[in-house]
Amino acid sequence: MYKYDQYDQAMVDARVEEFRDQARRRMEGSLSEDQFKPLRLMNGLYLQLHAYMLRVAVPYGTLNSRQLEALADIAEKYDRGYGHFTTRQNIQYNWIKLEDAADILADLAKVEMHAIQTSGNCIRNISADHFAGAASDEVTDPRPYAELLRQWSSFHPEFTYLPRKFKFCVIASEKDRAAMRLHDIGIRIVQNAAGETGAQFYVGGGMGRTPMIAPLIRDFVPIDQLITYAEAALRVYNRYGRRDNKFKARIKILVHELGAAEYTRQVEEEFAHLLSVGVEPPHEELARIAAHFVAPAFVDGPKTLDRSDPDFALWVDRNTHRHKHDAYVSAVISLKPAGGIPGDATAQQMRVIAKLARNYSFDELRVMHTQNLLLPHVRIADLPAIWAALDAAGLAAPNMDTIEDIIACPGLDYCSLANARSIPLAQRISERFAKSGRTEVVGELKLKISGCINACGHHHAGHIGILGVDRKGTENYQLSLGGSEAEDVSLAKITGPGFDEDGVIAAVEKVTDIYLAARADGERFLDTYRRIGMEPFKEALYG
Amino acid sequence: MKILTGNDLRSGAVVWWNGIGWSLFVDDAVDAGEDADEILARETAARRVNVAYAIDASIDAAGHVRPAHIKDRVRALGPTVRRDLAVPTADKTGWDWVI
Repeated sequence: MYKYDQYDQAMVDARVEEFRDQARRRMEGSLSEDQFKPLRLMNGLYLQLHAYMLRVAVPYGTLNSRQLEALADIAEKYDRGYGHFTTRQNIQYNWIKLEDAADILADLAKVEMHAIQTSGNCIRNISADHFAGAASDEVTDPRPYAELLRQWSSFHPEFTYLPRKFKFCVIASEKDRAAMRLHDIGIRIVQNAAGETGAQFYVGGGMGRTPMIAPLIRDFVPIDQLITYAEAALRVYNRYGRRDNKFKARIKILVHELGAAEYTRQVEEEFAHLLSVGVEPPHEELARIAAHFVAPAFVDGPKTLDRSDPDFALWVDRNTHRHKHDAYVSAVISLKPAGGIPGDATAQQMRVIAKLARNYSFDELRVMHTQNLLLPHVRIADLPAIWAALDAAGLAAPNMDTIEDIIACPGLDYCSLANARSIPLAQRISERFAKSGRTEVVGELKLKISGCINACGHHHAGHIGILGVDRKGTENYQLSLGGSEAEDVSLAKITGPGFDEDGVIAAVEKVTDIYLAARADGERFLDTYRRIGMEPFKEALYG
Repeated sequence: MKILTGNDLRSGAVVWWNGIGWSLFVDDAVDAGEDADEILARETAARRVNVAYAIDASIDAAGHVRPAHIKDRVRALGPTVRRDLAVPTADKTGWDWVI
């Protein structure tokens, strides 16, 4: 994985000291909150319901064990013993004190981490396929390109004050495991018929109050023009994005209002201009970055397992993913125990996982946008030992991509923007399906819960989505069906009037009943929904 | 009644105006009445508290202060899903009034 050079480290260290001075001036009273707020947000420090919240960037979700141990130390030393992994492959701490914030950033800098650009109207943490570098179906590891984009976008003076926040995603396979087309810019690394590497650009996707699927605006940008094209796309947005209305300021609105064809025309015009200027980093820089992502030295080994323990066998079936080397798999560590809080991990659990990464996965970890963690390169022969260690730490829930693998935002339990709680719904639904044994029967079903219209819980992309709203001061939940964040991307449709907490949980059970009664062989919930449509579900819910 | 709340500048903790200063306990909150705006302006200027604002609240039969909106009730005790991290309280009704 990428290691900081002297410039990276110097930039991060300088930012820590700059923020230390800003925080000191705020606490001494020489800065008002209005003056300080944009400064703290540039360093990932929010003020939430109960305390300050610090969001730490995990670039394209890649971590090493030393970094995860440092995150565990921060959870214990400065927070309340746990952290929360997010849908942007980051980690958040919920109980931070302003007086500790600069020290935390200094601790992060020691392990080549920071919280820069995890908030504000700038280019946020670049997300990527969590199986990058391991997946058998990728054309190349997308992370060197994500890292190049990260370096280009860090402190980029032209893009520090965009009309709104801006999110990139980079993948390199036909399968989309990163919700690529629901980003401001989604990039798929591809190879053309001549074997040349390039990038498809999808621009103008997103969730939030106006969900949109990004259209393809360029099907092949030569890879040595990647940054130039990205800069052209950003320039058109920066020039014409709606700064007058926060709710219309995302690039998806600009692309929609201009039309994809006209937006593309303007980008191509700017691209031609930028090519003449020469803004692309030299090839040597991409080569320098790519050298950090050389595949580990995989070795041959056993490809079969003793599956006599049914719990272990179920975990292997559910939570491991095919690897490009046939003696290896990628192993998903579920942070979704039945009845648990999606994405939360204690400091102790983080240390267990870090040790497993060090011993069994070439010292590498990934944060998944599904709020789980991943050991990307695991020898099949080591799976029994890994499972035993995870099981002992309460981390072996065999539920990847099932109805228990729920994405849920922090909701009204933590977030100052939320209208309703998300986590209790996730807890009750996962517990109910686990206890009834229906999880396995239902199979793949992606349930996503957001506590407000900002959609941090990706409810628009859920096979079943739940949106919490405030109805005259009480929590109410809208149910939606048919969303997908994958290569078969679609936006979920609302079923009808909302429900209270008990009602929406009962509604989830009802729609799974309809699915089980109607499904054809091999159909997932989403397939059945697409075949039979909304009506049978509405009839069951409201008839 | 109108009570005042915000977050402590240094710790970020939820605090309530008790007539003299800021308390961690919602039951200490007092009716700011017509002085609310003046107190908020003064305390914001003094930079002891962040993002302070006035909210509607009531006092129940047992004398406990109950913020009117669910968001402020959650703020008063802590995340409903981590009751082990709740603000310590002598309120025997526990969490029943929050949601």
